[in-house]
Amino acid sequence: MRGDAKSMTVLTPRSGAEAVKAFAKAPKALPLAGGTDLMVGWNMGWINGRTVLDLSRVNEWKKISVVSDGVDLGSLVTHTQIQNHPILKKRFPLLVAACATVGAAQIQNRGTIGGNIANASPAGDTFPALAVYEATVRVVGPNGRRAVPISEIFAGVKKTTLQAGELIEAVFLPFCETPTRGVFRKVGTRAAQAISKTMFAGLIWTAKNGELTGARLAFGSLAPTVKRLYAVEGFLRGRRLNDVSISAAAELLTNDVSPIDDIRSTREYRLVVSRNLLIAFLKGEVK
Amino acid sequence: MIKLTVNGKKKSFGGAPFKRLIDALREDFALTGTKEGCGEGECGACTVLLDGEPVNSCLIPVCQAEGRKIETVESLGTPEKLSKLQAGFLACGGAQCGICTPGMLMTAHAHLKGSGKCDDKSVRTALAGNLCRCTGYQDIVKSVISAAKGLK
Repeated sequence: MRGDAKSMTVLTPRSGAEAVKAFAKAPKALPLAGGTDLMVGWNMGWINGRTVLDLSRVNEWKKISVVSDGVDLGSLVTHTQIQNHPILKKRFPLLVAACATVGAAQIQNRGTIGGNIANASPAGDTFPALAVYEATVRVVGPNGRRAVPISEIFAGVKKTTLQAGELIEAVFLPFCETPTRGVFRKVGTRAAQAISKTMFAGLIWTAKNGELTGARLAFGSLAPTVKRLYAVEGFLRGRRLNDVSISAAAELLTNDVSPIDDIRSTREYRLVVSRNLLIAFLKGEVK
Repeated sequence: MIKLTVNGKKKSFGGAPFKRLIDALREDFALTGTKEGCGEGECGACTVLLDGEPVNSCLIPVCQAEGRKIETVESLGTPEKLSKLQAGFLACGGAQCGICTPGMLMTAHAHLKGSGKCDDKSVRTALAGNLCRCTGYQDIVKSVISAAKGLK
């Protein structure tokens, strides 16, 4: 069964305020941003008869604003816009690298940062980078605005903690000190158009004496939601990176992640590759 | 009524607003050059340009194209007068069964109009969202590079 266009109702708000109002009146509506995921389901005939809240005219959510303490990404900012932004390239290169691995050009030109988050796939390509940059998701709804840390926005596979009637209006990226080392890596079956088997983002800061002063490490596709490696980060803080500390740190990986066997990979493969990635990053062997 | 520009001409669409752009182009505007491959945003066969950027027309409801500029393969050249890019595909064997070709052409066209980098790696990255089951890609990449050199 294919999608039946005649069965669909489309709401077309022209501002964020209109979008919230329209959503309150039609609480079962499906918010539509770039459509790169929703339209796949529609083409399969899965959402016939539904009402769609088309956000594509909400121009105020399409802007990237650099402010004193960070960068505010409107929720409808595309993966292409992120890759082309000079400040994001300089200050948030892991996010820029992640956006370049989403599908390919056609998907990056349509897919949005807000849509990626709201979709809440365990394999969402931007999530490990958003996790290590400690992004905040700015949400607007019938009861006003609230800011949700990225670590609290995902509730499970394809589930967020957004409340009824809430929409994502922006994602805030706070500036951080320039890290000593930062890497994003996506491992999939091929370079483009692949959903990841595992995904890593890491930032570390070291003092002059070689001691690690901070680490933010995250994996995607190894659990229902993106996971920061709090156990590994805590273990490494204050230590010098050497073969002994690095292999001890890598042993703590499974404290925070719990990969499964699925159509894309196996638990074992994911764990081996992820551990190797983590070790190679800490040794400075992946760029 | 949805108003949009298709290949430089102003068009109105009065059908269901959630009809896919590819279906509106093929069925309502009689532009059958755009092909459907997978229907799920993987293969890029249905690529058209939306305000100059390649997009999958199977993933866009026509209501999202309101006020936007769409370019399809019909905008490139005619059988009598091919564009340089189309001539490049003909000269280098860039097309076999032809289903992926309109999408390949549109993505390559946008790439050459944009950064225009015509080294092997840039062309392969630009075309990563367009799958071909016939050629093994070598001759497609060659076609784009030869056309790009001819354009300079």
